Amino acid sequence: MLEQNIRVLIAKPGLDGHDRGAKVIARALRDAGIEVIYTGLRQTPEMIAEAALQEDVDVVGLSILSGAHMALVPRIREVMDSQGLDDIPLLVGGIIPDDDRNELEKYGVRGVFGPGANTEEIVRFIRHLVAADEGTAE
Amino acid sequence: MKPSALDLAEAAVAGNRRALAQLLTLIENNAERAAPAMSRLYSHTGRAHIIGITGAPGTGKSTLVAAMAQAWRAEGKTVGIIAVDPTSPFTGGAILGDRIRMRDLSGDEGVFIRSMATRGALGGLAAVTLDQARALDAAGFDKVLIETVGAGQNEVAVARLAQTTLVVEAPGLGDEVQAIKAGILEIADVLVVNKADRPGATQTVRALRTMIETGHPALKTRWMHHGQMIGVDDRYPLEDQDVALWIPPIVETVAADGKGVDLLVSKIEEHRNYLETAGLRAPLERAHLEVELMNRLEARLLKRLLERLPEGVLSEMVTSVQQRTRTPEQAIEALLSQAEVLAVES
Repeated sequence: MLEQNIRVLIAKPGLDGHDRGAKVIARALRDAGIEVIYTGLRQTPEMIAEAALQEDVDVVGLSILSGAHMALVPRIREVMDSQGLDDIPLLVGGIIPDDDRNELEKYGVRGVFGPGANTEEIVRFIRHLVAADEGTAE
Repeated sequence: MKPSALDLAEAAVAGNRRALAQLLTLIENNAERAAPAMSRLYSHTGRAHIIGITGAPGTGKSTLVAAMAQAWRAEGKTVGIIAVDPTSPFTGGAILGDRIRMRDLSGDEGVFIRSMATRGALGGLAAVTLDQARALDAAGFDKVLIETVGAGQNEVAVARLAQTTLVVEAPGLGDEVQAIKAGILEIADVLVVNKADRPGATQTVRALRTMIETGHPALKTRWMHHGQMIGVDDRYPLEDQDVALWIPPIVETVAADGKGVDLLVSKIEEHRNYLETAGLRAPLERAHLEVELMNRLEARLLKRLLERLPEGVLSEMVTSVQQRTRTPEQAIEALLSQAEVLAVES
């Protein structure tokens, strides 16, 4: 209880209905002691930004398997930024071609995790991300 | 730079949603740091209608909450929602999925949904949830809904401290006996049988009705016991108990398609009006506040006591109890006298 709990929003934007990956990540994060707010399928960028705001999360994780990441991610970042959520980092999981990774980073994506990514590594990544942000914020 | 607790309170009262969200986090993480914010906004509280919703997992509470929120939105009322889900006792993590059932509410500025994990804080859940409800109240929400899983004393206690408490049942969950066992039926101001389109709904309603007719405390609220007048329902002051009776109505709903929800909402309003006209609103609040203060006092005293004990003493006591050299009560005596000695010395 001494350690402040990390809160992560796991969202599935767009129209693909494959939520296995998102659920696996949600469970892995929970098992690592993280509080996961899970939104379910087919979230619009507006819904994701709104949930991130109301839930005051530390990180937003997006699961995208439709190939629409180059359309969705910038839009989500844009909506979040317009609501003053520019300090909340985005992570993306799913099928993301290598060429797109750098491109996504330009839109403020801090980490991209493909199939076979180690869940422990993702947990570590999130912990570091939150610790670093807390450090600069104080 | 992070805004101060006081800034957050100011901004939240003025309608800034992000400040409100951050204030809710602060209340959850650090009561001490949130204290100035609470004293800033406390004078703005007491306006919202606080409604607790509890019931077994799978009865459709989240869907019902979403449907009720929509009904109130249609009347132009604003709705704040605190959805409490259990923390994993093994890892301290949680998956909070209530928003999945509340997606129809998104994009509406008149609604604010916050998911909360129970965590493990000592006596903390009720205190945290009530303070969060106060923040939503001060931010101007007309209805504040607190949804908890009706499994466990703490969760039930939270729903009970609301002005109007809903207990949600569903057919086919072995409810008849379960509800009695859980002891949550008695706290209901309104009973809901959700998923009423499912087989067995009629039996569930009948079982609840029988239970109310035969045993609900509202039907025999006071009697002589060893020459003394005893009130059964400690939420209401003794002298009022035979003035006004509220028999919990049973409302059938199918939350997923909105059936019965308007009736449910009207029953909830009716309960609030009843409290008002029967002059019970203030005494009820007083009784709740007394419970809350006792809980907070208990938590604070325990914290202070534990801080005072030298490291390892508690663990030593556990060992001695395990080795049968002390009974649990003897261990407590030893711990208390140690803490008292230390208090005198300091």
